[in-house]
Parts: sequence; structure tokens; C-alpha cells
Amino acid sequence: MRLVNPTIVRLSGQALLGRRRGLVLALLPAVVVALAIVVRALTPQGTGYEIVGAVGFTLALPLVALLASSAVLGPEIDDGSIVYLIAKPVPRHTIAISKYAVAWLATMVLGALPLFLAGLVLDSSDPRRALAWTLAGIVAGTTYSALFLGLAALTRHAVVAGLLFVLLWEGLLGGLLNGIRWLAIGAWGREVAAAVSDQVAAPGTGLTYAVVAAAVVSLGSVWFAGDRLRSFSLRGDE
Amino acid sequence: MSTIRLDAASRWYGNVVAVNGITMTVGPGVTGLLGPNGAGKTTLIALMAGFLSPSAGSVTLDDAPIWRNTDVYRTIGLVPEREISFGYLTGQQFVVANAELHGLDDPGAATQRALEIVEMVEPAGRRIGTYSKGMRQRVKLASALVHDPEVLLLDEPFNGVDPRQRLHLMALLQRFGVEGRTVLFSSHILEEVEQVARQIEVVVSGRHAASGDFGEIRRLMTDRPVQYVVVSDDDRRLAGALIAEPSVVAVSLRGPGAQAGTRGGVDVSVTDLGAFARRLPRVSRDAGVRILELAPTDESLESVFAYLVGR
Repeated sequence: MRLVNPTIVRLSGQALLGRRRGLVLALLPAVVVALAIVVRALTPQGTGYEIVGAVGFTLALPLVALLASSAVLGPEIDDGSIVYLIAKPVPRHTIAISKYAVAWLATMVLGALPLFLAGLVLDSSDPRRALAWTLAGIVAGTTYSALFLGLAALTRHAVVAGLLFVLLWEGLLGGLLNGIRWLAIGAWGREVAAAVSDQVAAPGTGLTYAVVAAAVVSLGSVWFAGDRLRSFSLRGDE
Repeated sequence: MSTIRLDAASRWYGNVVAVNGITMTVGPGVTGLLGPNGAGKTTLIALMAGFLSPSAGSVTLDDAPIWRNTDVYRTIGLVPEREISFGYLTGQQFVVANAELHGLDDPGAATQRALEIVEMVEPAGRRIGTYSKGMRQRVKLASALVHDPEVLLLDEPFNGVDPRQRLHLMALLQRFGVEGRTVLFSSHILEEVEQVARQIEVVVSGRHAASGDFGEIRRLMTDRPVQYVVVSDDDRRLAGALIAEPSVVAVSLRGPGAQAGTRGGVDVSVTDLGAFARRLPRVSRDAGVRILELAPTDESLESVFAYLVGR
């Protein structure tokens, strides 16, 4: 079986960029980089580096992943028009993987790459630190976009569920309860960053756990999305 | 030649039974799936199209189960009632995408062929968002036809389509039937189904109420007592005169209308419509009663279906 179907990739790309969602999606990284430029212009080198971690990585990255993943799958499932794509002799897992590929690419370009740019803008003397955050963004972004794709296949309230996960679970509770790091994608990303640069504090799950957990959640979520599509049911209005 | 078979297929959602033990064979030619709204037509089509698992029984295409079997889509073309929400694509782009997803060797040529069949070649360059209902319906049909399927399933294809385009669609379906394809479409309008379908399957409340060619179905639906209400200036006298008629099997007076001069009316059950229509003027004149109003009371399709179920 072919893993990726080019037609699904093209249509998903159009669904992602062809609507207002595309604008919002581009706005988030733009804000992160612009913020870095403004701070760098007003303060000495190395000040305000929290923008990369606290704004770019913790906030913008998961939001980009959430918007991208829900955009490639959510609306089509919501209004049932996905039947046009899946009433085809194409394995549903291929469809899920193709949609994931688009969401993943968007998350990398609009979520992870801006971390590198903002990091370099804020402190051009320490590219290793910028690279560390970028790697964190790649690992966490890969996992976030997979998880949110699975959510979009599971429930029509995927955006709300995703926001709750990011803001409430990882953000608020993650700040209060240390143990949540074992089940927080952001913490796994930070773990990777900490392994690359000593300028980043490690949450303490260990690199191996972080990478394995990210891989398991990513693979599991995309597989789950494909399985949900295999069982996609068309319900009449009756 | 492909055949879809339902064998005692049921589908329920929790306590609600949408499709109740239906056994049905849909073979080459045009089959009309007739039933009132909410009868389970969409559920049935979803079962046949692999978008719903049967809760009990089986649904097969040439003996292969349809649920969770994406290979059936090489044989089946589906036109859902659901609108296409790919308004940002042109008709051409949408149909090409469908051709590609079928893995056709020459998606461009297949698209051209399908668009020609539905006569949408010229508008296919415009975005779907700008299409009329009838044009969207035809593009949906083109997308389902692009791989030259043996089986075509259409859910309420004529809904909201203007009369000219409706005739065009009907002619297309008939042509596909003559070509030996298995075509099934659903509708809640008997006249629509009669015009196109060779075979009619009637579903009511999730049950298979009747099956046959349109002549049989038409007879089933018309050979039954028909209800009328007649309002006159003396209902009781009229009722007395009407019950003497062989074409009338029952009369009853409506409420306070038993007093002459008030607008109550007489409910009349008629078996022989023609004889009743011929006799009514004479009967009323002989009785010296003036008829103010005559109206059928149960011509709605629901009551026709209710009769079929109660049969």
C-alpha cells in the first residue's frame, strides 16, 4: 500500500491554505518572529529569550498544530463531505497519513521553523540554543499534529478538546503538578531541547522516555485516525 | 453486471431501529427506493455504500461484504445527498481529483468523458461555489461516474433540482439502466420514481413495505378506500343518501355538523373512485342537498404508506 496519496495531499493543502484558516495559521508564527524582532531592537542581545520558549514553543506551536490538523480533517468530517474522498479504493490509513503529512508540514514550517528564526534574532551568538528549541519544536510539533489529527477524527469538538489539552492540561496543570510532565507533549520537547543546549531546563523525564513517548503518541494517533476513517459512518438527517 | 444483496439487514442506533430486517436484491436496471422522509432510505443507501455497518444481517456486493471493504468502490459510484463542500475547487478540479483517487490511467480523459455525460463541460471551469443546485448535482454525478462504475447509488438525486435539469437527470439514469448498470436512487415522490425506475422498493419506518414494478406499486397504492370530506348544507341527509351507493363503504358525520346549516361535513370512504365521482352530483341533487365543498383528506404520501404497512 502506498503510504501517501498525492491527490489527498493536494486537496488537504488547498483546504488548509484556501480559507481564512490559512491566514490565522500564518499570523501565529508572524507574531512570534515580530515579537522577537521588537524585543531585540529595544533590548540588548540575549534578553527576552523567553519569547521562544514561552510564546513560540508553549503557545504558538501547539496552536498551529491544532489549527492545521483540524483544518485538514475536521470540516470534511463535520459536514460529511469526506465521503467524496473516501468512497474510493484508497486505504483509509493512507488517507489519514496523507492528511497528517500536510498538517505535519504546516506545523514544521509555521510552528518549528519560527522558533529557530526567533531564537537567532534574539541571540545570534548562540545558534545552538536556537537549534535546541527548533528540535524541541520538531519533536513536539510532530506529536501535537498527530494527536490533534486523532482528535479531529474522534470528535467534532476537536478544537475545544485540543485547546483544553494545551491550555489547561499542559499549561495550567502542568505548571502546578510536576507529574504531568510524563503526559505532556511540551515537556517531551523541552527534554529534547535540554539534551542539545544546557541553556534549556530539562523537565526530568529523561531523553529516552521523551522520544519514545512522542513516537508512540504520534504513530498511535495517526493509526487511530485511519481506523476511525475505516469506520466512518454516514448518518442521514433522519 | 453487479448485484447488491441485503440479507435480513438491520441497523439500529441505541433503541432506535432505522432499518429493520430488510432483505432485498438490487440488480441491473434502475431501482427506485421509495419512502417518506425518515423511513430509513439514507440509512439503507449508507449500508449499501459501505458507510454504515449492519447491526444484524449482511450487505454484500457480488457476495463480498461491503462494510470496511474499500475495494467495492471500484464497482460502486455514490452520489450522496450531502452537498459538496469543496466550493473552492472548480468542477473540473473536483472530478479530476475523484478520477485520480480511483487510480485511473488517464484522469483527464475520464473527467472529460464524465463531464460530457452530465453536460457540464462548459461550466466545469468555474468554482463549485458558483453553481446552481442542479449543476452541483450533475458534478456530483460526474464524480461518481468517472470510473465507469457498474453500480450507481444516488440519495435523493432530484431534490431541489429545477424541472428541466430533473428531466435530464432522469434520462441519464434510464440510460445507465439500459446500459446494464445497477442503478438505485431514493425518493419520497412516487411520480418521480415511476418515471425512471423499472423496479420499486418501498420502505416505511425502516421496514420493507412493498416491492415490484411500478404498475404493481401503483395498484397497491390506489386500490384502497380513499377518504373524502364532503361539506353540504345538510350533511345528515347527504350521508343517508351516500351510504346507499355501492361505491361508498363508510360515512360518518363530523362533530356539530350534524345540525343542518353548520359547516361540519361528511367523511366518506370510497372504493370505486370513478363511480363515486359520477354518482355524487346526481345523489346530492336527488336528495336536494347542495354541496359546498369536496376534498380528499388523505392524499398525502404518508397515509398511502401507512396503508401499505397496515396491509
